[in-house]
Amino acid sequence: MITVENLTKRYGPHPAVDDVSFQCEPGTVTGFLGPNGAGKSTTMRMICGLTAPTAGRATVSGHPYRELPNPGREVGVLLDASAQHAGRTGREALTLSAYTMGLDRREVAAKLDLVGLNAVAAKRRVRAYSLGMRQRLGLAHALLGDPRVLILDEPANGLDPEGIFWMRGLLRDFADRGGTVLLSSHLLREVEAVADRLVVIGGGRIVAQGDKNELLAGGGTVVRARDVAALRRALDAAGLAAADSSEGLLVQADAETVGQAAADAGVALAELRPAGGGGLEQLFLTLTAGESTKEAVR
Amino acid sequence: MTTTTAPAAGAVAPRQHTPVRRPSLLRLTAVETRKLVDTRAGRWLLITIGLVTAAIVTLQLIYAKDADQTFLNFFVPSLLPVSVLLPVLGILSITSEWSQRTALTTYALVPRRERVVAAKLTAVSLTALASVLTSLAVAAAGTLVASATGGAGTWQLDGSLILNAAILQVTSVLMGAAFGLLLLNPPLAIVGYLLLPTLWGVLGEMVRPLRGPAGWLDTSRTMEPLFSSDALTGEQWGRIAVSLLVWMVLPLAAGLFRTLRREVS
Repeated sequence: MITVENLTKRYGPHPAVDDVSFQCEPGTVTGFLGPNGAGKSTTMRMICGLTAPTAGRATVSGHPYRELPNPGREVGVLLDASAQHAGRTGREALTLSAYTMGLDRREVAAKLDLVGLNAVAAKRRVRAYSLGMRQRLGLAHALLGDPRVLILDEPANGLDPEGIFWMRGLLRDFADRGGTVLLSSHLLREVEAVADRLVVIGGGRIVAQGDKNELLAGGGTVVRARDVAALRRALDAAGLAAADSSEGLLVQADAETVGQAAADAGVALAELRPAGGGGLEQLFLTLTAGESTKEAVR
Repeated sequence: MTTTTAPAAGAVAPRQHTPVRRPSLLRLTAVETRKLVDTRAGRWLLITIGLVTAAIVTLQLIYAKDADQTFLNFFVPSLLPVSVLLPVLGILSITSEWSQRTALTTYALVPRRERVVAAKLTAVSLTALASVLTSLAVAAAGTLVASATGGAGTWQLDGSLILNAAILQVTSVLMGAAFGLLLLNPPLAIVGYLLLPTLWGVLGEMVRPLRGPAGWLDTSRTMEPLFSSDALTGEQWGRIAVSLLVWMVLPLAAGLFRTLRREVS
C-alpha cells in the first residue's frame, strides 16, 4: 500500500512535482506514466525518503518511509539500475544489502537465480554489465528482502523483448499474490500490458488517473454499417449520440449498448469496436509531443 | 517462457513476516568495513598502506646504523606516511557513495543517514587502529631481523607512544572523513584535505602575524609531539584539541548536516 498526499517539490520557483496525490492498493500494479522530466522520478524519490518534499507527504504500508525500521523488508526499490558501484561484483552488491537487512546469505543466490543472472554473471563486476543485466540485478535487489511493495523506476529500460515479457509476468504474479507495485514508464504501451491502474503525470501535475480499462475505453465505440442512414436512425431511437469519424460513426457508449441498439432496429453491422483508448493515447501524445519539441529546441 | 516464469511464481510471493527490527550499529559497521575492502580501489589502498610500512622498515634495515635499528626507530617513521594515506581511505569511504551513486541504495535501505555515517566513522577508525597494529607487527619483524643481522634490536617502547600513535592515526582518518562528508566529492575532498592544512602551514611560516595562530591551528605542527614517547604537556594537548576542533569537529558537524539534508539521486 502506497499513499501519496499532495506531494510537492520545488526547485527555486519551478515546481518539479505539483500537488500530486494517488494511492496504490495491495493486489494491483499501478503504472506511473509521463514523458521524461514530468516528475516521475522525483515523486518516487520523495516516496522513498531520498528527497525531502517541499509540501505534502507519502506513506508506505501506513508509515512514512523514513520511519520504517528495516525498509528493505517492506519495500523493494529500484530507482536507477546504473546506481551501483562499478567495481563490485553483482553478487557482492546483493550480499552487502542482504547483510544490512539481516537476511540469510542464501537469499542472494536465490534472487540472482530468479532474475536469470547465472554464476558467471554474478561474479563479474557491475562495470561489465549491460543495461539489461543491471536492470535484472536491480530487480534482484528490489526483491531481495521479500517485500510487500515494489517501487520501480523505468525497470523495462534496456531489457530485451523477452526480458520485458518475463518482467511483466513477475510483476503480475507479485501483485496477484497481494503485493503492491508502482512502476513508472514513459511509454504507454509498455505498462498497458501489466498495469491495473494508471497515473499519468505531465509537467509535475497529475493529468489523469484511474482504472486502466476505463481510461483506455474513454474514447467510445466505433461502429460501421453498409446502410449508414438506418444505423443513424437506430442509434437515435436508442438515444445514443453519434458523430462522424473517418473510421465510421463514433458513439459515446460501450460496444454492447451500440450493438443492442443496432440489433433492435435490425441493422446489419460491418464493424463494432472500442475506439482504441483515443482519449488517453491522445492525451499522452500531447504530453510527449510537447516534450520532444522542447528537446529539439534544446 | 512458462519454464522460467513458473518457478519464479513462488519465489516472489510477498510473504507475511514477523515485525522486523532495524539493523544494529554493529551490523552497519560490519557492512561499512566490508565496503572498504570489497572493491579493487579500497583493497589496494589498504595493501599500499601495509606495503609502505614494510618498505620503510626494510629501508632502515639496509641503510640505518646498526645502533639505530631498534623497535622504536622502526615503529615511529612508519607512522607519518600512513597518517597521510589513511585520510584518503576516510574520504573515499564517504564520497564513493555519491560518486558511484550507491547512496541511492544505501540510504534507501537505511533512511536514518546519521546511522550510516556513524558506522562509516567507526569502520575507518577501526582500520586506523589496525594500521597501528600493523606498524607494530612490521616493526617487531624488523627488530627480529635486526638482532639476527647485527643491529641493536632493542625492544624498548613506551606504552604512551602507542597511545599517541593511535590518537594520531584515528584523528587523521577522521579528518579525511570529515572533509569527505563536507565536500561529498572524492577529488575535491582529497585536494581540499591535502591543500588546506598545507597552505595554512606555509602561510603560518611566511606571514608573521599568522605564526602565533598557526601554532594552534596547523595540524602538522600541533600533532608533531604525538610522534615522540614524551608525555604531552597540557598546552600541547590544548593545541591538538583546538586544531582538531577546526579541522575535524567543525567539518564533521557541517558535513553531517549537509549529508542528512542532501537529495539523493
